[in-house]
Amino acid sequence: MQELSLHILDIVENSIIAGAKDIGIKIREDLNKDQLSIEIKDNGKGMDKEVVEKVLDPFYTTRTTRKVGLGLSLFAEATRRSNGNFTINSTKEEGTTIQATFQHSNIDRQPLGNIIDTMVTLIIGNPEINLSYYHKRDDLDFSLNTSELKKALDGVPLDNPVVVRFIRGIFKEGLEEIGVNSW
Amino acid sequence: MAKLKLEDLEKIREKVRGTTILREGGSRAKVTVHMGTCGIASGARNIMSTLLDEIEKREIKDVIVTTSGCAGLCSREPMATVELQDQPPIKYVDLTEEKILKIFDEHVLGGKVVQEHVLGVGSETTY
Repeated sequence: MQELSLHILDIVENSIIAGAKDIGIKIREDLNKDQLSIEIKDNGKGMDKEVVEKVLDPFYTTRTTRKVGLGLSLFAEATRRSNGNFTINSTKEEGTTIQATFQHSNIDRQPLGNIIDTMVTLIIGNPEINLSYYHKRDDLDFSLNTSELKKALDGVPLDNPVVVRFIRGIFKEGLEEIGVNSW
Repeated sequence: MAKLKLEDLEKIREKVRGTTILREGGSRAKVTVHMGTCGIASGARNIMSTLLDEIEKREIKDVIVTTSGCAGLCSREPMATVELQDQPPIKYVDLTEEKILKIFDEHVLGGKVVQEHVLGVGSETTY
């Protein structure tokens, strides 16, 4: 994956396949501590301990159609090569939280990339799911919650082209305001 | 430009409501972009964004774009499935921006399958 935002898209797709209805994405950039962290929390079906232990092995997958499962192992590897770390906490029937941290200035850390395309893809592809996005960069932060969007839209679908343009706009403005403009 | 606020969405809602075709009436087509790890790594997000941009540019209101997981043919990603009303789904493989725009134009809007990018046409006999 060339961008961290592609890993985020991939991991959230896992959450959706795990039946999650509420998914929270939190990105925190602390330039003083030289740290970037990404947390993805879902209320999907969760995994038992045995599965969690095996899930970072690229040759483990719960799928039966093929024998490799690369999503989580690629993300974990991305943290390792940029002096960070990766943890998964999961409880069966309750959900899964993954936490990935990176050394912000590490030359091998992928750029965040086009997080707006990731969020728009997730929102439009899965309108029934409540997605919340929180991004903090030093002292400034930005957040957006699709359940608020849906409430304001009152039945008008999220994938209406005018609404999609609005969602892109609100992300772009919000992120630029906190100093994130890496797309 | 003034800052966008959630309240602006309420104005948009009223403007849009009158022009939205109710989904019960059925949409013309559904396009599913495969969004597994393999698809994402090979450019599926860009395929999705290209489609959404095109829909916005042409103000098309009766095409649904959605996502799904890996279809099991990772080496042929990015892939997308086009379903027109009352027709069998067609899977397209090895997509690029240019290919998906052509498929959108000719198949999704025009109703004509773009043969050269289809995974396979026809079915095997069982005996």
